[in-house]
Amino acid sequence: MHMLLNTDQSLTQRSEHALKDSFLRQAVQFTTERLREKKEESTNALGDWELWRERGRQIRAHTIQYLDYYLDQFATNVEQAGGQVYFAKDGVEAAKIALEIAKEKRAKKVVKSKSMVTEEVEINTVFEKEGIACVETDLGEYIVQLAKQTPSHIIIPAIHQTREQIAQLFSAEQGKAVSTDTKALTAFARQKLREAFAQAEIGMTGCNFAIAESGSVVLFSNEGNIRMVTTLPKTQIVMMGMERMVPTWEDLEVMANLLPRSATGQKLTAYMSILTGPKRSDEKDGPEELHIIIVDNGRSKQLGDPKFQAILHCIRCGACLNVCPVYRQIGGHAYGSVYPGPIGAVLSPLLNPEDEQVQELADASSLCGACYDACPVQIPLHDMLVYLRERRVKTQGGIEKVAFRGYSAIFRHQATFQWMMKTLRHVQKWSVKDGSRWSSFLSRLPIVQGWVRSRRLPYSTQRSFREQWKMLQKELEEGVDNQ
Amino acid sequence: MKVAIFITCLVDQFFPNVGISMVRLLHRQGIHVDFPTNQTCCGQPAFNSGYTEEARRVARTLLDAFEDADYVVSPSGSCVGMIHQYYPYLFQDDPENLKRVENLIDKTYEFSQFLVNVLKVSDLDATFPHRVTYHPSCHGSRLLGIKQEPLQLLKQIKGIHLIPLPGQEDCCGFGGTFSVKMSGLSSAMVKSKCDHILETHAEVLVGTDMGCLMNIEGNLRQRETSIRVLHLAELLFEGVNAHVT
Repeated sequence: MHMLLNTDQSLTQRSEHALKDSFLRQAVQFTTERLREKKEESTNALGDWELWRERGRQIRAHTIQYLDYYLDQFATNVEQAGGQVYFAKDGVEAAKIALEIAKEKRAKKVVKSKSMVTEEVEINTVFEKEGIACVETDLGEYIVQLAKQTPSHIIIPAIHQTREQIAQLFSAEQGKAVSTDTKALTAFARQKLREAFAQAEIGMTGCNFAIAESGSVVLFSNEGNIRMVTTLPKTQIVMMGMERMVPTWEDLEVMANLLPRSATGQKLTAYMSILTGPKRSDEKDGPEELHIIIVDNGRSKQLGDPKFQAILHCIRCGACLNVCPVYRQIGGHAYGSVYPGPIGAVLSPLLNPEDEQVQELADASSLCGACYDACPVQIPLHDMLVYLRERRVKTQGGIEKVAFRGYSAIFRHQATFQWMMKTLRHVQKWSVKDGSRWSSFLSRLPIVQGWVRSRRLPYSTQRSFREQWKMLQKELEEGVDNQ
Repeated sequence: MKVAIFITCLVDQFFPNVGISMVRLLHRQGIHVDFPTNQTCCGQPAFNSGYTEEARRVARTLLDAFEDADYVVSPSGSCVGMIHQYYPYLFQDDPENLKRVENLIDKTYEFSQFLVNVLKVSDLDATFPHRVTYHPSCHGSRLLGIKQEPLQLLKQIKGIHLIPLPGQEDCCGFGGTFSVKMSGLSSAMVKSKCDHILETHAEVLVGTDMGCLMNIEGNLRQRETSIRVLHLAELLFEGVNAHVT
């Protein structure tokens, strides 16, 4: 399924556009900064964070290594508990399965909790085409839905919205002014969402972790909306990426420490809902039917690939977004894909290998490695970005390829390197007498234009180190140390 | 002790003073310094852009140049990081060169790492009575794990007033070709970095990688601020001399 949004613009155009939006940048920087600080506090409070990360990596690596085994175990246990399991090879198939269930139930309204995989398969669009209303019940998702936007952060969907913008949206929905006060805003959402909970025939959730040994679906939330989604409607649909598995409850304990601390800096999530099968005869609430749709959509292609398999280790905490200097400048929409930030810059090209335009996302990084440092399961995203670039340039020509062939030809021999540098020095001497004129001469070259947007060019009147080496060496050997 | 220096193409061509300061500081530690002239570049510009074969060809120059060295010391965490982290990948299908890579990794150090961890320098007897803020480069601190070494060297300087840099771990926006390819993003990043630097009211910004420092200085000069930008080796050498005279 096509995941790329705003396809009429390139990554550069989208990011230039975002860079001009000072509201967006302020909102994103304010919140990511807070999340980053809170994460630091909560991981320090836990202690031995690096050991926790390593344990997290081990669990995820093991699970993905034996994913077929754990998926099978999970499906068997779900069915034993009375639930139904479906495997969908792509987004289209996943949406179709969900739609068939909804049609069978003659559903008119679906209440949803936050789920990235449902964004990926564009379930809301599919349902709405069939006249079934989807109501997002996570506050951030609800805001984004009212604004007719998509989430710009995988944990904080409306991170790009200011309080004032949210009040405007709510006021438009209400038909009268809603104040910017937090209580007033949440009270409004609560009242609207309670109505939807009571009406909906179907509740749809994602899945944070699926426990193979018991066939349980584990959901984390802070707003209590997941409790409502999973208890009030008679039918429940869970949509999950095939990599959401963990083998045992013991493994969940590690994840329950890693995820909330990395995502929002909380020691624990406010609500943890665990669903094992539908409502039993002796239970008072819960859905009568539980349908679990396990989605591949490009994931299984990464299995067995030594460079990229680890992308399936991701637990969708969003910590890499919060520390990414690129994400912090432009927010999520500029990435033009469902998954933004460093995880999106890697995952989106991998899930959509046939989409050439989405491949350029690998360029949205200075390769600073902050994402890897922040990742609670140590996914080497910065390396993967390079491997994606490597894969991309293999099939591409263009001026960049010519330039790097030239670089390689010149820099592979000291003599040609030195000749090239001397020539450049002559050009520099010949063209100017001072730094600023050197700049104005070079500024006309396209490659330099990007640099001088925010920087002066480096300028050196000295001879190179290698030209000075002989003299320096002689001086040191003679024991005359220059003061 | 004999040390071969890996000067890096950037320092060689644009910032020779950094190399000269480093050589003189090493010489003062009683080290015999050598400069194998057949070295050029670590290959990182090509590698980071995805041109692996082009990077590999250039990387071979370093394998040749430092074949016989006991130690290799370089004024760049980024270039040393390239060797440590990515040379094994570049030569994974070439067992003979892979052995040379392992050998090179074992003996290659970034400058501050070498002073602190190998030479165990605790006091250079330097004086630098100025307000200084330090930018840790991403590759040095994250790829190589150099976090404490530069600070340890800075803290032993007499008279220095070290001011913590807000958001110090944020990338300055250089990223090699990223700076020109995604120039809007890179510009926004370097501006944030320089805003933070100016907030500190430091007289000197010090770092361990000329890629970052060239980028940051470029923006500071465009803003026409007078803050000095120095590589750690330059600052230390200036400090040592100030004490002598």
